[in-house]
Amino acid sequence: MSFDIPKVAYLARIAMSEEEIAAVKPKLENVMAMIDDLVKIDTTNVAPLASPLEQYQTLREDVVTETDQHVTYQKLAPKVAADLYLVPQVIE
Amino acid sequence: MQWEVIIGLEVHTQLLTKSKIFSGASTAYGATPNSQACLVDLAFPGVLPVLNKTAVEMALKFGLAVHAEINPYSTFERKQYFYPDLPKGYQISQYQTPIVGKGYLDIELDNGQTKRVGITRAHLEEDAGKSLHDAIPHMSGIDLNRAGTPLLEIVSEPDLRSAEEAVAYLKTLHALVTYLGICDGNMQEGSFRCDANVSIRPVGQKEFGTRAEIKNVNSFRYVEKAINYEIERQKEVLESGGIIVQETRLYDASTNTTRSMRSKEAANDYRYFPDPDLLTLYVSESMMAAASQSMPELPWEKAARFQSDYQLSAYDAKVLTAERGLADYFETVVKLSQAAPKLVANWVMGDLAAFLNKNNLSIEASPISGERLAGLIARIQDNTISGKMAKTVFEAMCESNDTADHIIEARGLKQMTDSSALEKVIEEVMTANPQQLNDYRAGKDKLFAFFVGQVMKATKGQANPQQLNELLLAKLKSNN
Amino acid sequence: MFTYSIKELAHALAAGKISSQELTQLYLDRIAALDPKLNSFITVTAEHALAQAKAADKKLSTGEAGPLTGIPMAHKDIFCTNGIKTSCASKMLDNFIAPYDATVVSKLNDAGMVMLGKTNMDEFAMGSSNENSFYGNVKNPWNIDYVPGGSSGGSAAAVAARLAPMATATDTGGSIRQPAALCGISGLKPTYGRVSRWGMIAFASSLDQGGIMAQTAEDIALVMNAMAGHDEKDSTSIDLPVPDYTTKLQDSLKGLKIGLPKEYFEGLDPKMAELIHTAAKALEAQGATLQEISLPNVKHSLPVYYVIAPAECSANLARYDGVRYGHRCDNPKDLLDLYQRSRAEGFGAEVKRRILVGTYVLSAGYYDAYYLQAQKVRRLIANDFHAAFEKVDMILGPVTPNAAFKSGEKAQDPVSMYLSDIYTLATNLVGSPGLSIPAGFIDGLPVGLQLIGKHFDEARLLNVAHQYQQITDWHKQMPSI
Repeated sequence: MSFDIPKVAYLARIAMSEEEIAAVKPKLENVMAMIDDLVKIDTTNVAPLASPLEQYQTLREDVVTETDQHVTYQKLAPKVAADLYLVPQVIE
Repeated sequence: MQWEVIIGLEVHTQLLTKSKIFSGASTAYGATPNSQACLVDLAFPGVLPVLNKTAVEMALKFGLAVHAEINPYSTFERKQYFYPDLPKGYQISQYQTPIVGKGYLDIELDNGQTKRVGITRAHLEEDAGKSLHDAIPHMSGIDLNRAGTPLLEIVSEPDLRSAEEAVAYLKTLHALVTYLGICDGNMQEGSFRCDANVSIRPVGQKEFGTRAEIKNVNSFRYVEKAINYEIERQKEVLESGGIIVQETRLYDASTNTTRSMRSKEAANDYRYFPDPDLLTLYVSESMMAAASQSMPELPWEKAARFQSDYQLSAYDAKVLTAERGLADYFETVVKLSQAAPKLVANWVMGDLAAFLNKNNLSIEASPISGERLAGLIARIQDNTISGKMAKTVFEAMCESNDTADHIIEARGLKQMTDSSALEKVIEEVMTANPQQLNDYRAGKDKLFAFFVGQVMKATKGQANPQQLNELLLAKLKSNN
Repeated sequence: MFTYSIKELAHALAAGKISSQELTQLYLDRIAALDPKLNSFITVTAEHALAQAKAADKKLSTGEAGPLTGIPMAHKDIFCTNGIKTSCASKMLDNFIAPYDATVVSKLNDAGMVMLGKTNMDEFAMGSSNENSFYGNVKNPWNIDYVPGGSSGGSAAAVAARLAPMATATDTGGSIRQPAALCGISGLKPTYGRVSRWGMIAFASSLDQGGIMAQTAEDIALVMNAMAGHDEKDSTSIDLPVPDYTTKLQDSLKGLKIGLPKEYFEGLDPKMAELIHTAAKALEAQGATLQEISLPNVKHSLPVYYVIAPAECSANLARYDGVRYGHRCDNPKDLLDLYQRSRAEGFGAEVKRRILVGTYVLSAGYYDAYYLQAQKVRRLIANDFHAAFEKVDMILGPVTPNAAFKSGEKAQDPVSMYLSDIYTLATNLVGSPGLSIPAGFIDGLPVGLQLIGKHFDEARLLNVAHQYQQITDWHKQMPSI
């Protein structure tokens, strides 16, 4: 299987121990074996279907409808100061 | 070795909508952090995006202005990466099919030649928020007010061959988007941002060299400096036998260098796929028709009209139409003053421009309104004041909010128009200076200026110079 | 009175036989007494419910009441409820008090319904057995050793045990119909776009659809009238007029053409096949005609679904990063650690597996082979349905291959679990409405009949189901708990 679990887990930002990777491996292998059946289906000249409703996007008028709610919203945040959401220092 | 420089630019223009591209939150700049981040911008569970109609219309206007193919059906994709200023963990952008396809922009180079630069595409996407690294010790603070601001990313073909050409392209593009009223063009506030893809290749080689992408260049001057630095860096690397790595580099204006941002590049895999929350964007014929109807006169069209309607030189027309505000100002002054357009052009490009420049003011912020300047120029046109006196009046106008008429009146700066009064002063001056009179009449022509000066002094500069010249010449030549 | 349908309860309320407050208290008492055995609720909102009931009583007394005013109900904990915990059965959102109402919630509030609480579910709606909840398994009221199905297992168990006359639910691959079948109640997944997704926490955006679980098709029709409709906050909700779903309930089935896809019966458990054929015959007796049809590509539904749903989920769940709300790990040493540990701790095993699969199928080098190919096969499946609906008005089949299975039985192999949705997945892929109604019992456990309709043809599905429920009483069977 070309499913590089540590690499994919990194892309998805999910910490996984060696044990967890070992435990999930056979389950993912089963799932991927089932999915691999897809590859054999002939889809020449078939257009992909991304949404069941082949309709067009509706557009909204350019109107400001929202008011300042940041105090309410930030009550739900794990770490806030000076109206800012805080994360460990990002070095650029 | 002789190197050829290849530059392509990606310009992010913030569209001048009132609300965000996918939410009803305000896009105004400079608000309290996170006060303009609504549930959609904050990516709360269960929220959904709905596309802003005005953002689409603005993209169409740009497409029409650069003669581009408009894709009647375009799609929105999710570009996935984790970063604190990207609340959803993906940016909604147009990847496979952008709304604006291939087009071009003609730019004028310093040598007067015109160059056609290809536009690869322009697509709609959302801006990210901002990370502030100095606000709180050991932490980064996230302000999501900017998150969801509509962007039109305009990608050029790698058609530019020098930093100067890149800047000329950028300036033309800047004028265009501000003319169209789709972007305020404010580079300091980040409304108009540029990334430059730079590579070099030996002259004559067909294949492109490996390119570096320079990010974070927020003024025309820095774009030029950053590109020139990067060209030199690449030359040095290649000439010393090294290879150029494809990477993102950050321009640092304080040191005038670019440095690698390899950390950010590591293992990037954006996993684009169509955003299932947004359906295909269909641009109908009626939307296209509405967009073409709303097209303003474009900079190059305006410049051509200025030359034909106002008999201005190509140079004057170009300077005056470089910014829509300046062109509008000029036309206001011409209309209100009823003066010769060339006279107005000289004032707008001369004294007014110098004053604004000195005080670092935009034409929109000019304390001298078009109406006030027109009031001044009208008085020159009707000979109430001389051009020289007008400069005094202009200086006074800069210091106050008074009209030209008020200043002329208050300071008694009106030109003498009564020729008999002027003749009387001339006679008095001639009488008071018999020696100089004799010398002049003996052939010392240069003394003419002396008499002009004396009369001007006696009239406190109010004599009409042309009238004075005529009368003085007649008096000096006659022997009575 | 707790055995009453919504329609019967509405009559009782209108006639003044009971007040909404009394009725609400009756259900709250049942929940308090019986739910410890079932674990069908994550949050019971007694105070909130009684306040809503009081307001409803006022409307009932002043004649301002609508057909649903004062009727108690429960919301799946996937719908955001303003000021009330909305967890999606995840540790990630264990502390999340939603600051806004989902459109479904505000519409049912406006209709005067009374929310008893938020029902348990598989975490982020990922599962077919309700064994993936941070708040513990839900038990099947017919036999608590068995699963109630998933992901809307809490809503199904609550309605089946008559802890609420109705509950909202969501269906991404069968999450309304499969638990409805396994718990012996009626459940409708409307056409994609018929019910707003605003405020419904996303699992797979092109497949998710909110719907209804109740005892009868008639009750579903009553609630659909209040719940369906265009929402300008949801670009994928369709701007079509909402019919009165109750007006067609009494229509005759004469001339109705029902298709039975042969693929749904190949290898089907004979007991199940017999029950489904019996149900089909009953409809035939009422004037419908039956014909065999073929949906040759429907067999690919499972792999197509398990590419598309995880792909969309991997992006939809990227927002849970410990920054603006939800779980955040202790003392992150840097940004990467904050992300990786918050997400590792906040998500359960099945959710993580699906995020990994979704991330993988979208990653560089695999997109075309998996994601794009899945979307192409999805079109082949949609074409099968379009062709079938040229010939028939509706499609009939089983909801599940079997009746409910025992808790823990399929926990080790995700694919065996996924197979329990084999007959429901295609409907989500093509956006069609699907209805599950009780059709009998196998070894004492209920099973369901599935009716699949053309886009926006819910009224016809409800008509057929209602007619079926006039001549059968499977839907009236109640577990003894």
